[in-house]
Formats: sequence, C-alpha cells, structure tokens
Amino acid sequence: MKLITHNMLTSKCLKGVITGYPLAITATVVKVSEVEYNPEFISRIIPKLDWEVLWKAADSIGHNEGLPQTIDPKFEDNEEFLRKAHKVLLEVEVEEGYLTCPESGRQFPITKGIPNMLLTEAEVQ
Amino acid sequence: METPKQNHIDKNDFDHVYEPAEDSYLLIDALEKDLQYLKSKNPTFCLEVGSGSGIIITAFGMVFPKAVCFSTDINFKACSMSKSTAFQNNVMLETVNMDLGSCFIENKFDVILFNPPYVVTDSDECGSFDITASWAGGVKGREVTDRMLELIPKILTVDGTFYLLLIEDNIPSEVISIMAENGFSSDVVIKRRVRNEFQLVVKFFQDKTN
Repeated sequence: MKLITHNMLTSKCLKGVITGYPLAITATVVKVSEVEYNPEFISRIIPKLDWEVLWKAADSIGHNEGLPQTIDPKFEDNEEFLRKAHKVLLEVEVEEGYLTCPESGRQFPITKGIPNMLLTEAEVQ
Repeated sequence: METPKQNHIDKNDFDHVYEPAEDSYLLIDALEKDLQYLKSKNPTFCLEVGSGSGIIITAFGMVFPKAVCFSTDINFKACSMSKSTAFQNNVMLETVNMDLGSCFIENKFDVILFNPPYVVTDSDECGSFDITASWAGGVKGREVTDRMLELIPKILTVDGTFYLLLIEDNIPSEVISIMAENGFSSDVVIKRRVRNEFQLVVKFFQDKTN
C-alpha cells in the first residue's frame, strides 16, 4: 500500500463510525522501490490529495523525507520538493502492518501490500 | 489497446479467480472504442471494482501511464493476482481487498470500471468471498450491480465516467433509469452476442450542460 492509497481510504463503512478518516498506520515492513520520476505526473496528483493527512502518515512511518507540512503555492517549480513528494507518494510502500479506524479502533491488516478492508455483516453500516 | 501479458499466471490459480473471458475482453474493447473520449478527460485516478485477474485495469493503465490505477476485489487471491498482472506489465496499481468501493473517501475517481457478477442466481448464492463471487449476481443478476449503482455518485468525480458491463438478463433499461434518477446520462458503448448471452457495456456520466 502506497501512501497515496492511504490518503483515499476511510473506515466510515463501519457501523457507528462517522468519518473514519484518516486511518492510523502501523507498519511492520516498509519497502522503498524506485519508480521513474515524472514531475508533471506528481504535480498533477498533489492538489488532489489531503496534504496534511499525507504528511502525518509519512511521518508516522518514519518517511516524511523532510517534506514541508504545508504546500507552497508554487510547488510545481520546486524540484527538490517534487522529488521528495514523488518518493513519499509512489516509492514508499507499507508491505505489512495494519490500519486503525480513528473512531472505533478496529484494525485492518495489510498483507503483502494489500489492505484488507472487509467487514463482517454485523459491522456494516 | 494491447492485451496485457498473462503468462505469469499459473492456470491453477483460475480455480480461485475468474479467468478472463469474452466479457472481460468486451470491456477492454469498449474502452478502446471510447479512447478518444477518455483521453480528452485526462483522468488522474481510475478504479476497477472486482478486478479479478486484473487484465482490464492493467490494459487501461498501459494506455494511461499518467493515471494512478486502483483496484478492489472481495477475494484476496484476486487482489494478489491483479497486483502481479499489473506489475508484469509495468503498470503501477494499488490494490485493496474490499467490498466494491465502500471504503474510499468521496468523489475521487475520474474513471470507474465494473464487470460485475451478472449471472442470474438465487439470492443466497450471492455474497461469498471466493470464486462464486465473480459470477453469482442473485436476482436479475443485479444484486451486486445495484449496490454499486448506489455507490457511484459517492465515489465518482462530478466529471467522471463509469463503465459497466451488463447482459440482457440484467434488464439494462432498468439500470439506465436508476442511474438517470441520480442525474446520470448514458451511452451504450458496445454490444456483442456471445453464444446465448447478449453482452453490452454502458457508460454513465453527468451531463453538466443540463
């Protein structure tokens, strides 16, 4: 699971949970693999994300890579920033661990890089 | 559009995951037919729900290297196969084991693809987590599809497009009216008769000129 995915996941499908966002990450295995850097691609993704959530998630697994907590309005021109954002968004992957619902504490395991968000019938909203 | 390489898959794995068949290729053909429209939309986030072997989202990702592709499946083995299919074809794919798209935050996906379990079956055959989930559609073969239709306005972007494969038994006109009630226009992109089954792909989008 890349952090870009974490940015889009919620546990609000759980009964009694209102926002379920963001999920906390506990990572036992983190993999960093090289992905071709494309500044145009990364610049397009950044405005579509919740940056604060991304930053905190990256920080919580020890991979904030010195990224700023807020985005500079002219971030597209800042190559150093884009390279770091590229790494955090596309190269860092949580292979094993779990996600935790901020409201209910329900844990969702991550196995072989795939989060398991399946609920039992009794848990469904 | 190119057909993704599948030679990494052990044939025995298809005992647990839906093996690509005419319906899978029809959805790929529909995307190819609609490529100009899709390219004009310049999609960023794309999702295939119930991706099975992963060939559809991988074929999509091969044509849209600037999109971020996601897939879900209720069957972990399918998630795992989708991930490896994408990897073998140099497509970046993020896979989540979930029911439809129920755990995504609102209105993020520009394109959503769904080849649902469409076979008409008893209701109680529907709702498993194994290979049965890939085809058993319950009443009218629509029980899973109808749940997805409810989810579409929540997870698709306002400017997004949803591609859905149906068969005649699913009563496509009913699906089109359900979506129309939610403000979606529709177009039949492609149709084909495969043995005794009449398959079609319908796309849904919000017409902002109205």
